[in-house]
Amino acid sequence: MFSPAARLATKRLLEIRRALRPSLALASPAVAARSLSTALNYHIDSPDNNPDMPWEFSEANMKRVKEILSHYPSNYKQSAVIPLLDLAQQQHGGWLSVSAMNAVAKIIEVAPIRVYEVATFYSMFNRTKVGKYHLMVCGTTPCMIRGSREIEDALLRHLGVKRNEVTKDGMFSVGEMECMGCCVNAPMIVIADYSNGSEGYSYNYYEDVTPKRVVEIVEMLRKGEKPPVGTQNPDRIRSGPAGGNTTLLGEPKPPPCRDLDAC
Amino acid sequence: MSAVGCGSAPMKNLCLLYRTELVHHFSGWRLSSASRSLSTQAATTGNTPQPPPPPPPPPEKTHFGGLKDEDRIFTNLYSLHDPLLKGAMKRGDWYRTKDLVIKGSDWIVNEIKKSGLRGRGGAGFPSGLKWSFMPKVSDGRPSYLVVNADESEPGTCKDREIMRHDPHKLLEGCLIAGVGMRATAAYVYIRGEYVNERLTLEKARKEAYQAGFLGRNACGSGYDFDVHIHYGAGAYICGEETALLESLEGKQGKPRLKPPFPANAGLYGCPTTVTNVETVAVSPTILRRGPEWFASFGRKNNSGTKLFCISGHVNKPCTVEEEMSIPLKELIERHCGGVRGGWDNLLAVIPGGSSVPLLPKHICDDVLMDYDALKAVQSGLGTAAVIVMDKSTDVVDAIARLSYFYKHESCGQCTPCREGTGWLWMIMERLKVGNAVLEEIDMLQEVTKQIEGHTICALGDAAAWPVQGLIRHFRPELERRIKERAQKELLEAAAA
Repeated sequence: MFSPAARLATKRLLEIRRALRPSLALASPAVAARSLSTALNYHIDSPDNNPDMPWEFSEANMKRVKEILSHYPSNYKQSAVIPLLDLAQQQHGGWLSVSAMNAVAKIIEVAPIRVYEVATFYSMFNRTKVGKYHLMVCGTTPCMIRGSREIEDALLRHLGVKRNEVTKDGMFSVGEMECMGCCVNAPMIVIADYSNGSEGYSYNYYEDVTPKRVVEIVEMLRKGEKPPVGTQNPDRIRSGPAGGNTTLLGEPKPPPCRDLDAC
Repeated sequence: MSAVGCGSAPMKNLCLLYRTELVHHFSGWRLSSASRSLSTQAATTGNTPQPPPPPPPPPEKTHFGGLKDEDRIFTNLYSLHDPLLKGAMKRGDWYRTKDLVIKGSDWIVNEIKKSGLRGRGGAGFPSGLKWSFMPKVSDGRPSYLVVNADESEPGTCKDREIMRHDPHKLLEGCLIAGVGMRATAAYVYIRGEYVNERLTLEKARKEAYQAGFLGRNACGSGYDFDVHIHYGAGAYICGEETALLESLEGKQGKPRLKPPFPANAGLYGCPTTVTNVETVAVSPTILRRGPEWFASFGRKNNSGTKLFCISGHVNKPCTVEEEMSIPLKELIERHCGGVRGGWDNLLAVIPGGSSVPLLPKHICDDVLMDYDALKAVQSGLGTAAVIVMDKSTDVVDAIARLSYFYKHESCGQCTPCREGTGWLWMIMERLKVGNAVLEEIDMLQEVTKQIEGHTICALGDAAAWPVQGLIRHFRPELERRIKERAQKELLEAAAA
């Protein structure tokens, strides 16, 4: 397929490229600074996150803990670890401290490491502080080809932060998530609201957003308003096509049932 | 002694041969005709009483699609009506469920087998068969049904619509499928991000318990059946059935080695079957309307109706229930207002969620949306999540983003996947800008082959296939980028 001359040219090119490499790296700092890890996988004691800090579930949440545990066999309490960590995260303002994880380990009667393992594995558990409103942009291909990168850029620029950084007033942080299962309403963002503890916790999808619309949503939240959840495209009803559904036009009727006694 | 049970023509001849032998040995009767029967069909009919000719088969359906509203199973897909119990009962849910339960496990499994329902979670395994693998007699351990609602395949958002708009279909399906596989309880594992969907389902579950449809003596049938709702916290891998069980047991979601299969030792070491939400949710309607009704849609072996999620560069992306085997082009034009900029502006389609190889336009022109047709073009139906890309798409970038996704979601248990997905992503990032040599395309192909089939679960395969599809159909594009960049660098070097 390739002539020897072309091969030689390729070889030469590689040499040139090697010679040019330092300048290339300088030209694209984003590539040079790329980190392979997406989450923090270690813990270092700090004044606001160390095992000596007391932490326990509030009284109201203890009731929910009991309810959660009731769903699993009594000898498999460990099953409740994800729901309990989730509850702890809500109570703790959107992130999990080591002492919160230890408290969960005590309830489900396992060694703390079993809980740390789980907390580091799943991407919805934050082990560093996030904003009161944690904004997550879906960045996987279906959203990406409909412009999720512009959405994230708009948010970061508007808030003046980097990805996974909290604004100075502690209100907002922006992260990227993998596919959120909302692809026909792409692009979309999720806003986890940790401003009112576990009672006021919400995790709402804002769908069919535009760079302009996400900034509006952020400003509404800042003012304490509640932006409408779901699709932001006024022509759409949930996941139906814009401008009117093509199916399910009439009043739904119960499906005919065959004669069950005869078969 | 006849040729019954010998289906194909060569087999039939063998059977005939066997029979001729018997005739020869035991009776010594009509030797001449027996030897004749070796070669001709006519002689067989001469020997055995002729069965009445079967009725002529109904004219074969050749075009699929255009499902009528009365044949749709999910009648509240867009939540135009009340999703909770009152509205659900009006739409025919929980109607005569007691009678269905009383019919028993074998009847349910047989009816599902007859309907030709195949698992809607991606692999397309026949559901009736899968349910029948559960032990018929308990050895003291309880059996569990686990419903996989960890919908995280990029492009897929069908189970979400079921859970938030038709939760009672899912709950009723849990009871029916649970009885079919003799389970005592069902766990619905919802992905952590679906918080609002979970709350709706929990509300519906409470209603069903209050109405006596679930719990002790479910629907008054004498069968005790519990439904529990569990949730994850954002891990794609937990959609794999054994990883899901691990996660449900409160561990990291790392797939288990099989065997033992979950039907023998699954959740808490007990017999378990993991099925997709859609599979479970359609089963009560199939039983009520009859398996023949369900089997009348779609091509043979691909029967039924299906929720399709069409995302990406179409004018009106949507989720819609359609007949299986609908042509892809018709699906897009009928429900989504066509591809952005017209059909000719189409570049490629990923027909079944991110894990299947993409299809370039010339294949999309006439491909049918079902398991077998898409397999024939080296792709797959997967979860029927259609991601459409028009000519403005940077297709290499789109696949590179998927490679990043798999790198991010690999659980890290098997080396080929943990290391390989990272390499795929890094090479794809370089190919995106042409920063590579031509031989590296083959190297990339080689890396995908080293991952595929060498891991415990299918995530390795799923990471490999999109890249393989890209190389298969867009190799000229990859080569163009490499050559263009090389040219540019050569010129720059010459200028400097």
